[in-house]
Amino acid sequence: MPLPKSEVVVRTAGAAGDGIAATGETFAKVCSRSGLHVFAYNSYQSVIRGGFVWLQVRAGRTKVQSHGAGTDFLIALNSRELERHANDVVKGGGILYNKDKVKPKPGLIRDDITQYALPVLDITAKHGKNPILQNTVALGALVKILKIDFSVLSGVLSDTFGSRKKAALEANLAVSQAGYEYAETFETVDFALDLDYNTRRPVMTGNQALALGAVAAGCKFYAAYPMTPASSILHWLAATSTRTGILVKQAEDEIAVLNMAIGAAFAGVRSMVGTSGGGFSLMSEAIGLAGQTETPVVIISSQRGGPSTGLPTKTEQADLFQALGASQGDYPKIVLAPSTVDDCFSSIVEAFNLAEKFQVPVIVLSDLYLSEHMESLDGIDLDFSIERGEFAKPDVGSIDSKNGFKRYAFTESGVSPRSFPGRAGTVFQASSDEHDDAANIISDVFTDEEMRTRMFQKRMRKMERILPELAPPRLEGKNAADLTLIGWGSTYGMIREAVSTLGEEGMTLNHLHIKYMLPFHAKQVKEILESCRNTLTVESNYTGQLSRLIRMETGFDIKHQLLKYDGEPFYPGQIITKVREVNN
Amino acid sequence: MEIALYKVEAKATWCPGCGDFAVLRALQIALASLELNPKDVVIVSGIGCSSNLPGFLNSYGFHGLHGRAVPVASGIKLANHDLNVIIAGGDGDGYGIGLGHFIHAMRRNLDITYVVMNNQVYGLTTGQAAPTSEKGMLTKSTPQGVLEGPVNPIALALVSGATFVARGFSGDADHLAKLTEDGIKHKGFSLIDIMSPCVTYNRQNTYQWFRERVYRLEEDNHDVLNMDQALKRSREWEDRIPLGIFYKDTKPTYESGEQVLKDMPLVHQPIDRTVELVKELIQDFT
Repeated sequence: MPLPKSEVVVRTAGAAGDGIAATGETFAKVCSRSGLHVFAYNSYQSVIRGGFVWLQVRAGRTKVQSHGAGTDFLIALNSRELERHANDVVKGGGILYNKDKVKPKPGLIRDDITQYALPVLDITAKHGKNPILQNTVALGALVKILKIDFSVLSGVLSDTFGSRKKAALEANLAVSQAGYEYAETFETVDFALDLDYNTRRPVMTGNQALALGAVAAGCKFYAAYPMTPASSILHWLAATSTRTGILVKQAEDEIAVLNMAIGAAFAGVRSMVGTSGGGFSLMSEAIGLAGQTETPVVIISSQRGGPSTGLPTKTEQADLFQALGASQGDYPKIVLAPSTVDDCFSSIVEAFNLAEKFQVPVIVLSDLYLSEHMESLDGIDLDFSIERGEFAKPDVGSIDSKNGFKRYAFTESGVSPRSFPGRAGTVFQASSDEHDDAANIISDVFTDEEMRTRMFQKRMRKMERILPELAPPRLEGKNAADLTLIGWGSTYGMIREAVSTLGEEGMTLNHLHIKYMLPFHAKQVKEILESCRNTLTVESNYTGQLSRLIRMETGFDIKHQLLKYDGEPFYPGQIITKVREVNN
Repeated sequence: MEIALYKVEAKATWCPGCGDFAVLRALQIALASLELNPKDVVIVSGIGCSSNLPGFLNSYGFHGLHGRAVPVASGIKLANHDLNVIIAGGDGDGYGIGLGHFIHAMRRNLDITYVVMNNQVYGLTTGQAAPTSEKGMLTKSTPQGVLEGPVNPIALALVSGATFVARGFSGDADHLAKLTEDGIKHKGFSLIDIMSPCVTYNRQNTYQWFRERVYRLEEDNHDVLNMDQALKRSREWEDRIPLGIFYKDTKPTYESGEQVLKDMPLVHQPIDRTVELVKELIQDFT
């Protein structure tokens, strides 16, 4: 039954504790080392054991931009999951399961699906009782079915376990090879995947790319409190700390997290924090403090399903207005939202440069889908520079006296050259209270209205300088289209896929993806939207936050909205259905 | 060094007679005596009458949010552990809204000195109950008297792992200056809780009230290395109030255990070779 396909979708389903994430990562790397593009998404819950967990890897010869829909191969780790997922397997696909443990009910697996029943007990008996070895058996078999060379799988396993976990490596190599050999007896399906063992793309999650971006940017201090879906930034930075020289501090709460980072930034190092909406709420007051004291700091907020504790392990894009409105008062700040894994990397480098050049807090909005999905990268942009902004040239000959140095000097750009403790000739006091150019507080005893006004204008002038530094939004695709799809953040790939699929059917669509939320390219966005025939926003939230922001900034009313807030990411199919409906 | 070096033109804005003047003076004397250059000293504060102190002293300063001086100071120390970091603030700031940070900072044991001007009332907001106000005290927010018992900062510090725990009194200036100097010199987290009377809103715990009760631990056969004795003394209040060092310990500081700080402070570490580092780390992902 030949299936000439240029891509393959593999889903592994089981419960928390089954080692699904590790299996998925191994398979993703195997695909990548075979020259395929990879995209993987892990659907899980807030439990350590049990629950319904599935991870889907999609690999293809050309760039894949979502985890896809129809499953070609299912690895079912228990009977319950087999029942839940069997029907998602496409015609001509296959299901792999442990025949000692999983007994498919008659008729559950359709006749057009190949069954691969693996005698896991026989295969693993010699190698200990670790139940997770059943995943490795299945992986070995799957690699054989897909006609990938076994040496690719053994190579990934060797690199994963390394020389430190020798026994585990040996067991995994042996059972994967046994699974591979057992599969030789299987009827194969023909996936026309042109493999190329010489191309190896790095495979990483959005969070890993954000963390790697911090390394690139010369970040020296990262503080966080554990919170899904930002925790893996903390984990990766902590694990690599001695290699990167980044000091990683888990603090008692998110209030401490951001105040610590502001302290470290005030003392002269590049500082970053990471959290999700709940932790971001606790940080709010300190974000204003960074704005008022003109302390550069980068804040990652990876959104999850809200409100309150909401859906801790599910995706959503409902914290845009939280980021825009964080903290009391008006103050300069930047809010930007990367859309792909490689964009995560570049966005952190950019965020640090903007933060330091303009001495403002920069909020980087991710979401669970972007933060946690794995993607192969065509190449990370390493052509960047570190721009630390203007430093004061201290008069080192003078005796240090406070208020001699004008830390908040009035300048045309609004940016005052900064300094930090330990430097001679620039002693000053940063203050949460309103202050004058020499950092004297003007809020107590006597409120100097004129100074307050001038200082306010100085700070806010920075916003006018920031906007021209940000790349203006542009339409992707043909200029004259029947419909323009508009999105932000992680929906980028799904929108691209929907546009391209429908394009092949003859529809003319284009795509506007907005990255910079504050300051906002109001003029450019308005011009683009006014040139569009019809408009549709695609967002993972209830109230259409991007549509509302666009209306607020430009006065333009987006005509149609596709909103999803069930916790799962969009599938290109859902976007396609909506587009057909709108275009009718 | 001259005390004048640590003075600024700005006049302290506290009420005449406020205990905080003595604390400011004690800090200036201690810094001069330790010959610390103002450029290497950072005073961090939150919000409250006493938190205005950094503005009245010549050194780097960070006057942050209410209750959040401790984490800001921790971040500064982690970024540059060559700096002398001192936190100055009030009891509401440190033992009320900022209590969580206070406890975690002590178990963390960074080399920071925390000077708390404890007046047992909220002054800047015009006289509400503080977490240190005595039970039954009449304040604007408790016209029928405070119903909660007060926080015992000394006992809390002892059980939370602070490695230098002391109490001072604004009415005993020389003793306070010496305590402050000892606290700054101590390697580790030092708490100096200073009874610093509010002459405007606390008519109960006045200079006179304290003078009738205070005594010096060092003159009363107290062993500063003995935790049990320190805990016992920390519970004395009604009739006799101990001043001086309750407890001292020589545990390693947080910064001495942090691998990343082994060679030099974070702020001096170069960041010009990050592309090579990223290229190396990317190998882990392929």
